Amino acid sequence: MSLVIKGGRVIDPVNRVDKVMDLRIEKGRITRIGRGLSADKVLYASGLWVVPGLIDIHVHLREPGFEYKETIETGSHAAAAGGFAAIACMPNTNPVNDTGSVTDFIVTQARKSALVHVFPVGALSRGQKGETLAEIGDMAERGAVALSDDGKPVMNAELMRRGMEYARTFGLPVISHCEDMNLAAEGVMHEGEVSTRLGLPGIPSASEEVMVERDILLSELTGAALHIAHVSCKGSVDRIREAKKRGISVTAEVTPHHLTLTHESLASYDTNLKVNPPLRSEADRQALIEGLLDGTIDAVASDHAPHNIAEKETEFENAVFGMIGLETSLSLMLRLVHEGILTPSQLIERMSSGPAGILRIRDWDLREGAPANVTLIHPGMVFNVDADRFRSRSRNTPFNGWELKGKAVCTVVSGKVVFEDKHWKTSGKG
Amino acid sequence: MPKKEKPNTREVRIIDREKMNALINQLAERILEKNQDLSEVTLVGIRSRGTHLARRIAEKIFEKCGNRVPVGILDITLYRDDLRSRIDQPMLVRTEIPGPIEDRNIILVDDVLFTGRTIRAAMDGIMDMGRARMIQLAVLVDRGFRELPIRANYTGEYVPIKSDQTIRVRFAEDGEEDGVILREVP
Amino acid sequence: MAWGKRKDLLGIEDLSREEIETILDTAESFKDVSRRQIKKVPALRGVTVVNLFLEPSTRTRTSFELAGKRLSADVINISASGSSIIKGESLKDTACNIEAMNTDILVFRHSKAGAAHFLSKVLKCSVVNAGDGAHEHPTQALLDLYSIREKTKRIEGLTVAIIGDIAHSRVARSNILALRKMGAHVRVAGPATMIPAGVEKLGVDVTYKIEEAVEGADVVMMLRIQQERQGKNLFPSIREYSRFFGLNRARLKGAKKDILIMHPGPINRGVEIAPDVADGPYSIILDQVTNGVAVRMAILFLYSGAAL
Ligand SMILES: [Zn+2]
Ligand SMILES: [Zn+2]
Repeated sequence: MSLVIKGGRVIDPVNRVDKVMDLRIEKGRITRIGRGLSADKVLYASGLWVVPGLIDIHVHLREPGFEYKETIETGSHAAAAGGFAAIACMPNTNPVNDTGSVTDFIVTQARKSALVHVFPVGALSRGQKGETLAEIGDMAERGAVALSDDGKPVMNAELMRRGMEYARTFGLPVISHCEDMNLAAEGVMHEGEVSTRLGLPGIPSASEEVMVERDILLSELTGAALHIAHVSCKGSVDRIREAKKRGISVTAEVTPHHLTLTHESLASYDTNLKVNPPLRSEADRQALIEGLLDGTIDAVASDHAPHNIAEKETEFENAVFGMIGLETSLSLMLRLVHEGILTPSQLIERMSSGPAGILRIRDWDLREGAPANVTLIHPGMVFNVDADRFRSRSRNTPFNGWELKGKAVCTVVSGKVVFEDKHWKTSGKG
Repeated sequence: MPKKEKPNTREVRIIDREKMNALINQLAERILEKNQDLSEVTLVGIRSRGTHLARRIAEKIFEKCGNRVPVGILDITLYRDDLRSRIDQPMLVRTEIPGPIEDRNIILVDDVLFTGRTIRAAMDGIMDMGRARMIQLAVLVDRGFRELPIRANYTGEYVPIKSDQTIRVRFAEDGEEDGVILREVP
Repeated sequence: MAWGKRKDLLGIEDLSREEIETILDTAESFKDVSRRQIKKVPALRGVTVVNLFLEPSTRTRTSFELAGKRLSADVINISASGSSIIKGESLKDTACNIEAMNTDILVFRHSKAGAAHFLSKVLKCSVVNAGDGAHEHPTQALLDLYSIREKTKRIEGLTVAIIGDIAHSRVARSNILALRKMGAHVRVAGPATMIPAGVEKLGVDVTYKIEEAVEGADVVMMLRIQQERQGKNLFPSIREYSRFFGLNRARLKGAKKDILIMHPGPINRGVEIAPDVADGPYSIILDQVTNGVAVRMAILFLYSGAAL
């Protein structure tokens, strides 16, 4: 069976394409790009953007161990609904993904139940305890695409050095959650005038910057590929920019929430705004946007962190860190396009080929012969975020009720349509 | 602050400035008649219009006999029995009674006597402040329709009115012309 | 007087200058009541006030209890240790249980900032914040304002120095907000470890020297040093803290003759304040305690209106 996506605006940053065309898909691959194509099934995409499948390289799927928050299946449904054709999942499950057998479990489980590609990230240290190296080779062999102790920093610099060296042996990048735990201490939000006003313990920007600088030095020392997760402050952006200039192998990601919100929004004590790293100042937010624009930051990643309502419906200091993001990420990022800050092509690059490059996922573009991972985006569809309708098993988002413009309406993974927005189907085809 | 009247409310001035002055004069005379020892008397006006009336009476007494009778202000908000059913939050005004209540001859003063509930609250308030030797009551207008067994010792005028009517005493102290107004609410 | 009908008192942050003045004026009437032989009025007959104190505090709880009783309210005290409904329950469950007792006003003390905000969103009854972590303690600031105003007749234009652990003090936060709203100048002083980030954005001057803070000030508020903060590297030792940051007679040399000295209590005598200063002629520490009841009566009275 063949499928044609007809009359959409094809945006492919890798091949520098931005033009109205048809796209034919057969046997999981793109077979033709051109005009007037036909096939057994047609998706009318007039007015839509047709882009390489989006990738979110920072997702917490919670399986195994915390299935009440999210599973590989529900997380992948949320991803598909958000326009993501691939996600990378962090190792802080129970058990931690620190051996080949856990990696194997995730890969098998994903093959059985996931709608989208799931790339496991293995732990750098055994049990994410920061003491000894995990079985990196084993995990690499079973499909781990990167290594990270995310959820926690690697406080021991010597271990980080050895981890980078060893990861390099297997060609895997190291993803660093940069946070000096002694500096962050009991902190629950950005340290500044707002934390002072709210009487909440603060996390200074320095707790991130110290570690960004350390890991850049270690990357320089070891030659390993370093990826900085969820950059949150100006100082980190500056340091990464400078390191890239020096030719160090460092990449970085930013979350939609750090690009959208600041610590000012915490005045409500809404625990859904409690994230790590914390929402910082407007100056930091501007620096993140600038970093994303000039390429210092290579990718947008949601740090999708599902939590049960009971873990959030409590005192701010006792609530857990994290918010979900898969189903709001693209729409929040489109705000920057509507505001004229990013071009459509720049945004798509930071959400598809950019992250693909970090994880060394090949053939992630729209070209004849490439695997058919495609996302259709309606850039002008106005809708209200309704968390009750999320596919994710959790609801911890501060964006519930927000009016947003633009969203994914169809996601194609390896040639299969895994998500279609029902509003678009009725309006687009009727 | 004077409240805004509904446009279709009909108002009749039933007692004018001169008549009101005469009534206050009468009240003062009767109080003098009945209270031999003025040094024991304290006039306590129930705020806010009762306070105006109490001061006027004290002035008349001074004109007649040259004695200054102390005047106090009583806020009865904390003693009201309808406090919890009111929609607007009543604002407290400080109660100020000169000297102790103990063994004094207290004359409560209010502009209008109606259900008697205000006076009940005022008596509770006075009694919590000390044991007065005697409490009396002086009002300018008695409009009838009592809900409690209360009667004034000194009354300016009886004005029995219907249930769809209200009565309002105006004082120059509030920036209005002295007088008693009968209002019909259609 | 102005009173925008409000459901909750979560912090000074929510109040306008006019509303603060209304509270202080209302408190005057209640101070009169507290001076009478019969210190009780029937204003809140039938109103149920629950004092839920999930962090130990005898003073504030007693003050609220007395305030409620003098208004003829039914007052129930629930504290963290002495109650079975607290054990193993989430804060939300506890709160819902309390509301189910037909509570009209919940007076709430908790060790975490924002806890009162959390409850106010869940509950229909009025919530009065009696201190939430390092965030706010609005009734303390109001009674402090009242005590100052009682002595100086005005607050606008005064210079007030707040000295001690500003970073971890809800008393400091509420007082800074309240004093700034009323037009006073505020200085904060203490070691830099105890001065929170960006505090100058609240409109205060910062100094690290007590003498500088005291010089020319009309009021000095000393904060209690929490002994348990020792070992958290905010200061090396109690002895050193008291030597450099305690208020004693020598440090008052450059002070105004009619300076007022305040302390929210309980006092660590000889640590943040020398005994002869605490008991000296400038001290209005006991007036603060007396005025606390009157101010809390005003709060319960004004906020009871919204609970109906
Ligand atoms: Zn992280
Ligand atoms: Zn993460």
